[in-house]
Amino acid sequence: MIDFYLNGKRQRLTNVSVDTSILELVRQQLGQTGTKEGCASGDCGACTVAIGEPDANGTINYQSANSCITPAHQLNGCHLVTVEGLADDAHLHPAQAAMVECHGSQCGFCTPGIVMSLFTLYEEQNQRPAPLTQQRLESALGGNLCRCTGYRPIRDAALTMQDYPKATPDWAANAALGTDVAVLAKDVSDTGRQSDATGYAMPRNIAALRELKAKRPGARLVAGGTDLWLETTQQVRDIVDIIDVRRVAELTEVEEVNEGWWIGASVSLSALMPLLAEHYPAFEHLMHRFASSQIRNRATLGGNIANASPIGDTPPTLLALDARLRLDGPRGSRELALEDFFLDYKNTALEDDEFIAAIFLPRPAADHNLKVWKLSKRREDDISAVLGAFAWRLENGVMRDVRLAFGGMAAIPRRVPATEAALEGSRPDAAAFAHARAALAKELTPMADMRGSAEYRTLAAGNLLERLRLMIDAESRSASNDTQANNDNNFATKVTLDAYAH
Amino acid sequence: MRTLTDLDQSPRSSEDATRRRYQGDEPLARDTVNNRGGAGSARPHESAVKHVTGRAAYIDDLATPANTLHVMVGQSPVAHGRITRMDLEKVRAFPGVVDVVSLADVPGHTDIGPVFGGDPIFAHDEISYAGQNLFAVAADSYKAARQAVKAAIVEIDEQPASLDPVAAAEREEFVRPTHVHERGDWQAALDGALHVLEGTQFVGGQEHFYLEGQACLVEPTEDEGVVVHTSNQHPSETQKLVAEVLDIPFHAVTVSNRRMGGGFGGKETQASPWACIAALFARRTGRAAKVRLPRADDTRGTGKRHPFHNAYKLGFDERGVLSGGDIDVIGDCGYSPDLSEAVVDRAMFHADNAYSLGSARVTGKRAKTHTASNTAFRGFGGPQGVMIIERAMDDIARYVGEDPLTVRKRNLYREADPDGTPRNVTHYGQRVEQISLLHDVISQLEDSSDYWNRRREITRFNAQSPIIKRGLALTPVKFGISFTAQHLNQAGALLHVYTDGSVMINHGGTEMGQGLHTKICQVVARELGLDLEQVRITATRTDKVPNTSPTAASSGADLNGMAARDAASKLRDRLFEFAAAHFDVEGGGLDRETMRMEHGELVSGYGEDEQRVAWGELVQAAYIGRVSLSEKGFYATPLIHYDRATGRGRPFYYYAHGAAVSEVEVDTLSGEYRVSRVDILHDVGDSLNPAIDMGQVEGGFIQGMGWMTSEELKWNDAGQLTTVGPSTYNIPAFGDLPETFNVKLMEGHPNSQASIYRSKAVGEPPFMLGISVWSALRDALASMADYRFCPVLDTPATPERVLMVAEQLRQAKRSRYNDNVRPGHEPA
Repeated sequence: MIDFYLNGKRQRLTNVSVDTSILELVRQQLGQTGTKEGCASGDCGACTVAIGEPDANGTINYQSANSCITPAHQLNGCHLVTVEGLADDAHLHPAQAAMVECHGSQCGFCTPGIVMSLFTLYEEQNQRPAPLTQQRLESALGGNLCRCTGYRPIRDAALTMQDYPKATPDWAANAALGTDVAVLAKDVSDTGRQSDATGYAMPRNIAALRELKAKRPGARLVAGGTDLWLETTQQVRDIVDIIDVRRVAELTEVEEVNEGWWIGASVSLSALMPLLAEHYPAFEHLMHRFASSQIRNRATLGGNIANASPIGDTPPTLLALDARLRLDGPRGSRELALEDFFLDYKNTALEDDEFIAAIFLPRPAADHNLKVWKLSKRREDDISAVLGAFAWRLENGVMRDVRLAFGGMAAIPRRVPATEAALEGSRPDAAAFAHARAALAKELTPMADMRGSAEYRTLAAGNLLERLRLMIDAESRSASNDTQANNDNNFATKVTLDAYAH
Repeated sequence: MRTLTDLDQSPRSSEDATRRRYQGDEPLARDTVNNRGGAGSARPHESAVKHVTGRAAYIDDLATPANTLHVMVGQSPVAHGRITRMDLEKVRAFPGVVDVVSLADVPGHTDIGPVFGGDPIFAHDEISYAGQNLFAVAADSYKAARQAVKAAIVEIDEQPASLDPVAAAEREEFVRPTHVHERGDWQAALDGALHVLEGTQFVGGQEHFYLEGQACLVEPTEDEGVVVHTSNQHPSETQKLVAEVLDIPFHAVTVSNRRMGGGFGGKETQASPWACIAALFARRTGRAAKVRLPRADDTRGTGKRHPFHNAYKLGFDERGVLSGGDIDVIGDCGYSPDLSEAVVDRAMFHADNAYSLGSARVTGKRAKTHTASNTAFRGFGGPQGVMIIERAMDDIARYVGEDPLTVRKRNLYREADPDGTPRNVTHYGQRVEQISLLHDVISQLEDSSDYWNRRREITRFNAQSPIIKRGLALTPVKFGISFTAQHLNQAGALLHVYTDGSVMINHGGTEMGQGLHTKICQVVARELGLDLEQVRITATRTDKVPNTSPTAASSGADLNGMAARDAASKLRDRLFEFAAAHFDVEGGGLDRETMRMEHGELVSGYGEDEQRVAWGELVQAAYIGRVSLSEKGFYATPLIHYDRATGRGRPFYYYAHGAAVSEVEVDTLSGEYRVSRVDILHDVGDSLNPAIDMGQVEGGFIQGMGWMTSEELKWNDAGQLTTVGPSTYNIPAFGDLPETFNVKLMEGHPNSQASIYRSKAVGEPPFMLGISVWSALRDALASMADYRFCPVLDTPATPERVLMVAEQLRQAKRSRYNDNVRPGHEPA
């Protein structure tokens, strides 16, 4: 059974197949057709809904998600808000009213998704008001494609909706709803209530997960589902046996130790971003360009690694940061350097009965540097053609602990040891980088596909090394000259565009 | 006995309160011209509230009978070959499958080509592109239908696919004959020119990426026919094709469309096959049948904007002023004609853009290749034609050492050269009428965008910045308005007034988001002097207004607006005649001469003689008086003609103009770039609805920018499209909106032709404003060659293409050949 609230009303649905998405559930089973399917691959945002989960105080936090690739069974204990749930009969929600008055809809097909993204932004502004910077707007709306308007009126709606008279739907006026949802969530959790569709298991702790893995080694693990669900929506395969790791307590925690952080494999990318912002701002900046908010709210760090795509964004970055993995399973747990995890294209060191339990992110040394640069056709909501992650320290003017990793340049995300060696212990000068570049060309074998030719990838990867040299050079000069590097007033040292620089 | 509803006699004035000056970045907010919602006012889209609440229904949202079938098509994985075996037994046996059809099951026509034929509803023997329909299956569920398709056994003798349109053109493999425009002695112009430049370019295609994919729902009727609900820009054509496929009369088929989730040309001819297939199932099974294509099937199976290979050879003087030359455009049409005859024609008609070519020949070729049959897409070939002359303008400017804007201005259409040579006639013989408007648009934008100060600033910046380069470009638009197929320039409308005073208008145009229905309601409201709320529009249906043209060629409001106005004015006149005799009989009747509709009232006389009759009272009196409250309207565009034999005529009723200035910032190490500022001034004549027109201008620009930058179609060597969804095909996203985006509608220039309230068409022309982004990218790259030439940059100008050009320029500089090597230029 899926037991949840939809726009304030309790729903108990039985006989929902394991691979049903939230979109299929609301459109086909509940007949609520306001939520649209644009691509069924989590790229366009037309299907955006808000999923509310209660925090410890019973306040419901709403996060946007692509309903087309979110498992319906994950709704258990949640409050799902769809576009039908925003307006009462007479009054539009401010997000809706602003969209009407700003002429933010033309064909109207993407509009329900845009309205839902605006709704989550509106809720966020109510709970934690903060300036609507370009970055925040992009974060809120970057996952919603509109083919008609060119987005200007949508931007206007986002910027003005807070000024509209507050209008709340019936369910929001119901003060008890937060408590009701919290009670339901606890009930669902305590009883370990599993779906009556027997193929969908939702273990609550690592012991239960180990047991399930032993019993059902062939079951698919799902956390965010943002890649797995494409098998059903795009390849039309049946998925009948699922272990959902999203609520395994141990996998959703971040444990801080002296040397760094053990990040549970089921921690969502959104949840991880504040930690990254504090310690690895370049990594956090990258995450703004990782798919979209809708995806980041569901997708997990463990999933992005286990997926083992050669063009995933976090693996090269984590390789450069010397991350480690803790694998777990019925036969016990073991630790592994991340670079030993990726064996070949989509092939990893994970045994059939194992799962990723946690990822260790080392604490940065005071003089640690990290640059992460993603190249793609579109800046937002796109997949890398090339991603370069560069970590190093400068010690008495020479580079130490140089760790460089690339995505999109081989069958797996990988480090480039010969290139690293060319820089390790060298001054960051043109000669050393020339050696590094020559080494890089030899040790990478990029693919050619719709995202870029092999020639382009090779050239771009080499040029990222050159960017790195120029940036180190500029930063050292700015340190000595005490002038701001990489700003408009210093043309000669500006080596990236502001929107990409980090 | 029929009784009449009690009416609220007070004129309505409610909407003033709800209408607010809409907010946004200056200078977008505009006060409305007519605050009662009639034509000219910035009213929201008629469905806006339904859009934002999710109540606006698209095809897949329609309630369906419980036993509705779900239809899926089996597509060819191969681009070219012969079917040697197609065994569908396992498909038929798949759980949930109700029926399977292939070519042999079609009772009527099997060729559903829209104009010329050549499009089989299912491939039978020869396969012509990867994605071509082979068969279709109808099942109890969407998933079952999708899975069943995969059970087919299809064996194909695969043959090499022809994927290079240039090679195809050399082999004279065309879908339609080559067409030529020629005016003056172009060869003599080249021979006598002080300078001659030539160059070639590739202009990429474009996927429509309407957010609502192809979809239709077909219900069998109690006769031999069907009712077709379809996301469709051309209901009448679908009616015809469905009837022909079923071998039944047209009157047995009704096609209906309330709205589309985007069209952009992609549902003009491309929506019909699915309706034909679903209709087959509906008639065979007696059950409703629905098609909703998965995004990848849609992208593979349907035609796109034509990629073009263009070439120019042009002569010019020391000031860069053209004397004439030769332009070749080759459209990659895909496997069949579809609309390619007219698309390549339109590319030819726009190979001059806003510039007088002089003595010129323009040749258009229609190459046949093994891809989906390319089709209509906003601009309809025009943008691809514009690209070649904009390329030449940049090349020539750098060649003569002038700013590209200077050379563009010198070449604009003008009355005559100083020596008296007329320069106001196009290469196909049409006179350009609003020349002062064209020049005004550019000079106003030049000032408002601060072009020359920014040019100086950018030049200074680039001289000091080794990696980041900035570019700036102004490109104009002159776009011909009318279908080039003369007979399509007609429209009909049907107006009903009910006895409570509410009004229903129906017309032949379809709503795809462009605001056509809103504008039509505004026209009717204005003609009848009513509040907009009293006028409602219904789904476009072939049983209400027959034999309609597609909603295309930017013509929707021009044609249907005039037809609606015709209906409304005829009905108004009839009511006036009636009122003159019916009211104030003792006083000798109302004065017919001064009669007018204002604010929901009929008014006659002025001052003390003024008399008023409320609309509702008038309507009820007319009903009781047995006066018809229904009227139809019709419109045919005057003046236009084109003789294909001579390549001469006046194919366009008028031209729409505009211009854009774009500034970009390019990282020459990575190829990444940002569009930092855009200024647009666009001509819509006297706007019917400034808010909607602004939406078309802005949306058109961004879509054009996407075509020029991130939207890349890629086929593999086997001819399979590899960019079949939004994870690989990148339309602009929110962050691509330029940070500074100053958009204005040109004021003070009503249409010189008698269009609907002197407005102008707005759907397609702004699309070409996006070309300024590409020109600005070339400008930024040209700085790496010290502006001595303008490097070749094919489109889409992805970061990859930009980087490759930048690298070439960097290498050229390093290798000291830079004085001799001018990539992209072959001085003739």
